Amino acid sequence: MITFDHVTKIYEGDVKAVDDVAFTVEKGDICVLLGPSGCGKTTLLRMVNRLESITEGEIRINGKSNRDLDTIELRRSIGYVIQSNGLFPNMTIEENVTVVPSLLGWDRKKKRERYHTLMELVGLDPAEYRKRYPHELSGGQQQRVGVARALAADPPVMLMDEPFGALDPITRERLQDEFIQIQREVKKTILFVSHDIDEAIKMGNKIVLMRDGKIMQHDTPSEILVHPKNEFVSRFVGKDRAIKNLSLHTVEDLQKEIGLGDINETIQDTKTVNIHQDLRNTLSTLMNQEAEQVIVTDDHGEKLGTVTIDHVQRYLHLEIREKAPVSTEG
Amino acid sequence: MERKKFVSLMVRYGFYALVIYFFVWSFQKNYFSYLFKETETFVLLTRQHLELVAVSSLLAIAVALPSAVLVTRPRFRQTEWIFTNLANLGQTIPVLAVLALMISILGLGFKTAVFALFIYSVLPIFRNTVAGLNSIDDRLIDAAKGMGMKPHQILFRVELPNAAYSIMAGIRTAIVINVGTAAFAFLIGGGGLGVWIFTGIRLFDNSALLSGAVPVTLLAILADYLLRLLEYVVVPKGTRPSANA
Ligand SMILES: Nc1ncnc2c1ncn2[C@@H]1O[C@H](COP(=O)(O)OP(=O)(O)OP(=O)(O)O)[C@@H](O)[C@H]1O
Ligand SMILES: [Mg+2]
Repeated sequence: MITFDHVTKIYEGDVKAVDDVAFTVEKGDICVLLGPSGCGKTTLLRMVNRLESITEGEIRINGKSNRDLDTIELRRSIGYVIQSNGLFPNMTIEENVTVVPSLLGWDRKKKRERYHTLMELVGLDPAEYRKRYPHELSGGQQQRVGVARALAADPPVMLMDEPFGALDPITRERLQDEFIQIQREVKKTILFVSHDIDEAIKMGNKIVLMRDGKIMQHDTPSEILVHPKNEFVSRFVGKDRAIKNLSLHTVEDLQKEIGLGDINETIQDTKTVNIHQDLRNTLSTLMNQEAEQVIVTDDHGEKLGTVTIDHVQRYLHLEIREKAPVSTEG
Repeated sequence: MERKKFVSLMVRYGFYALVIYFFVWSFQKNYFSYLFKETETFVLLTRQHLELVAVSSLLAIAVALPSAVLVTRPRFRQTEWIFTNLANLGQTIPVLAVLALMISILGLGFKTAVFALFIYSVLPIFRNTVAGLNSIDDRLIDAAKGMGMKPHQILFRVELPNAAYSIMAGIRTAIVINVGTAAFAFLIGGGGLGVWIFTGIRLFDNSALLSGAVPVTLLAILADYLLRLLEYVVVPKGTRPSANA
């Protein structure tokens, strides 16, 4: 649990980068710090592991002020991932991943085991990469190693500053998906900086939307989409927020509310979607094919029914316009 | 690319051919007679030469490395320009001025020669080390801090290894030049192979000249080769320039 207790940061020369910020990140949550460039996201993040000093207020980790902890120990107990170039070029991949365990004085065998576990977790072959150097890896692979390194000493808290920012859209999406999987296993308390609303909606249990160092709104992704608190939030979220919101709902949600259509056997060549697919992707599938409908299947490939654009529209109306706020669970 | 390789190979072999021709020619003319007639003197002069180079280079490294590390520490960052300017200023002072000054303090001899060589080695090493340390991406230092490294761990595990290539290049250049410059030590009574070279020049004795000059050249090439080997050992594989090509 990370608590920001009226935190203010003033840089030399009177730049107020963070202005009286107060919120809490619950244990096991991913909280996304979102906002335009220069709004103070990085500053806020770096005050947690004291890479920046706190001008006023207090940051507590599990109830203890981070001022009272030893800086070095504090940092070793927090995983830190940055956008790019965070890997040490002089060290092999194995040395990079086990930097913090080395600092903590783990023995060789324990480090080796940890290296194996972590590389498998982030989907890289431990043996293949052990002796390689960072420059021999692609950007996506480097970023995976960066995540593995941050997880190395199993820190309860992770700080991630635009970890997937420098990647192409396809790789970024894949790493986001993988990271969500990893988080399901490791259940860290994560502060995640992003300036991409789609990434925030996808990754966050909560979003803190900032502007000029102040919090504009602190809410669940769906609340931010459905009930933007002010003009700035709704502009930041964008005109297509209803569509964005669809990515928070699955075909299963739609089935529960309004049911699926019958399967019309005469229509050939229709595509299928999994019942756990989100509605935004389902809608794109519908719009990208000639047919009116897609067939919904369960995890075993069993056909359950169909979805049409009309279904999606009705659900959107019912669920998002009228019944809001919608919970993110489910 | 292929063409470039070909040309550089041709140049290299052409050069080797010239060197071999030169040796054959000088042997025929008996230009290396001194080496055989006065082997003892040769050994003595070579030892003096190596001592001049070794002492002045080690002193230069011992002074340049720590001071470069010092001026790049955050606390001194603001004052770094003073040191860099001082170093640059040092480079522009003529050799003779320094020598004249040192002769009047230390007198003629080995010490003065070492001091002069030291002055001229210290600057390239210092500047290369500072440049190497400064060229390290700030984000790297940031990551190191964020992982919980202490300042000395950042220096030894991140900064120095990543600057090693630049530092080693500075040391190698300085020492190789030093081997050549040490020939001038004779002029201030410092001994070394310069003794034969300058005697040869004065007496128009090609034999003496070459018996001094050729070993100096070979020493310089040998030093370069050995230091490249050392570089290969010291510089981490992931930070060599070819690595990022
Ligand atoms: N070391 C510093 N000294 C002075 N001002 C700074 C410093 N670091 C950041 N700032 C200022 O503080 C404000 C917030 O910067 P910060 O880096 O936290 O923004 P950000 O939200 O992370 O932006 P981005 O999305 O571009 O990374 C900016 O106005 C910036 O210029
Ligand atoms: Mg930032």
